[in-house]
Amino acid sequence: MSVEVSLRHDFPGFALRVDFALSRPGVTALFGASGAGKSTVVSAIAGTFRPREGRIVVAGREVLDTAKGIFVPPQQRRAGMVFQDARLFPHMSVRDNLLFGWRRAPVKAEAGEIDRVIALLGLGALQDRRPRLLSGGEKSRVALGRALLSSPEFLLLDEPLAALDAQRRAEILPYLERLRDEAKLPMLYVSHSLDEVARLADDIVVMKDGSSVLQGSVFDVLTGLELPALAGSPPVGAVIAATVSAHRDDGLTALAFDGGTLFVSRLSDPLGTRLRLRVRAEEIMLALEEPHGISANNVLAAEVAAIAESGTQADIQLRCGATRLIARITRASAQRLALAPGKPVYAIVKSVTVDAPAAHRDALPSL
Amino acid sequence: MEWFLTPPESEALLLSLRISAVAVFAALPFAFAAALLLARTRFPGKTLVDGLIHVPLVLPPVAIGFLLLMALGTRGPLGGFLLDTFGIRFVFSWTGAALASAIITFPFQVRAIRLSLEAIDPGLTAAAQTLGAVWWDRLVNITLPLALPGVAAGIITAFAASLGEFGAIITFVSNIPGETRTLPLAIYTALQAPGGEVEAMRLSLLSIALALIFMTLAELVQRRARAGA
Repeated sequence: MSVEVSLRHDFPGFALRVDFALSRPGVTALFGASGAGKSTVVSAIAGTFRPREGRIVVAGREVLDTAKGIFVPPQQRRAGMVFQDARLFPHMSVRDNLLFGWRRAPVKAEAGEIDRVIALLGLGALQDRRPRLLSGGEKSRVALGRALLSSPEFLLLDEPLAALDAQRRAEILPYLERLRDEAKLPMLYVSHSLDEVARLADDIVVMKDGSSVLQGSVFDVLTGLELPALAGSPPVGAVIAATVSAHRDDGLTALAFDGGTLFVSRLSDPLGTRLRLRVRAEEIMLALEEPHGISANNVLAAEVAAIAESGTQADIQLRCGATRLIARITRASAQRLALAPGKPVYAIVKSVTVDAPAAHRDALPSL
Repeated sequence: MEWFLTPPESEALLLSLRISAVAVFAALPFAFAAALLLARTRFPGKTLVDGLIHVPLVLPPVAIGFLLLMALGTRGPLGGFLLDTFGIRFVFSWTGAALASAIITFPFQVRAIRLSLEAIDPGLTAAAQTLGAVWWDRLVNITLPLALPGVAAGIITAFAASLGEFGAIITFVSNIPGETRTLPLAIYTALQAPGGEVEAMRLSLLSIALALIFMTLAELVQRRARAGA
């Protein structure tokens, strides 16, 4: 599954200039501030927006090529689109909403799939209700289920969580993670929340003022020094792919990654489980010598890769084996330590976030 | 005083109901199409089309009747053609009365349907489209059911307005008992005869009763629409 997108369109006071290509399955985040043009890009891929100039290739099939006069209408694109505002059909029950796309799919998923999706999204008790009686989180889940059951070739998620409060968001994120891990559908996930992106995405395309300005794996982009300037100083931090390597008697679980080991409070995941860890830039202190007599469990030997200073702060990109970290310290500290590329340092990691801990995953119905 | 309707009275009532029903339901598909055109599309000359549809609201009904007579009279350009080719004749026929009523009440239907179409989130049809629904599928399964309250309101308003139509009918198809003499025409006829006031009053009360029934119906439909939204 590959997606190639190239778009040119001029709106009054706003120019869309987008080029990106996704060559592997997984989740690609389209990240940027509100008004950066993310939704327009997704609409163009879904076919509900027709750009003046552009070319979109999905899985080797040209769905748009303005130069050749090709425009495949939305109903033939097989995009599973989830809108920010859910867009459930108000005159139909939840079940009829869920089956709307399924009934029209050229290749229907088997009937058992309906029950699986309903169970996956926890919609069993809601099926006879009307959409207006649902909570925001329930609406999002129905919209997601409706898109999944239309047998899409890929999913387009346009800020499906933006309309929800933090609690509802936390309720849906695990479902999306499962979808990523189990449904094996390529997903383009639009978001202005770096937190969601860090948790879900494999790749990331950053948009600013209508243009795609940065693209790469989530590990590289989030630890890159370009991102803060492009995205207006978001809460940056490293994403680390780790494996549960030991459950120690002292109550800590060791998580090994390419570049070292991090210790966190006991997890219930079995040895060998692959997890995604996040370390926010503010959660890393730097030392020139290995610190002793310190409460932190995690001290990693690293090397300064690059430095970006802005205002009173300095973002320090670190190389730790094959893994990149990013630390945000004051400019004064950076000068005092005389940090420069190539200089060995010790990174004291104050806290590590483990995404979707096992307790949360266990609460979901089995797929 | 006789409480039941006399044969000429019930004849006028049934004729009124039949003419109005035929007028409203025959015009409905065109009214829906016009409303869809005005609510969902942009094209050059849209303001003109919008204006033309609403002309019957401001034109004297007598003028409409006269224009219809000119066009569809058996010696008129269109009327002659229809009579010679299909044997269809509108003048002096109840179908002509229905045609006149349909034209005059057309704006009421278009307006009500258009309002409810404009209230539908266009995102819903876009969503249906991404889920594989082609245009007629979206029309039948999304747009039409969501516009139903407006369609119902349009039918009722147009029907009620049609029951009161006088000028266009009497000018176009004359005042023939059992063929074109609807309730308003029967009232007018009663007033032409000496001592016909009692008859005119009876028919007027009948008209008031009908109006009340339709206003109640319209209210019920609106209430249901609000509850369903």
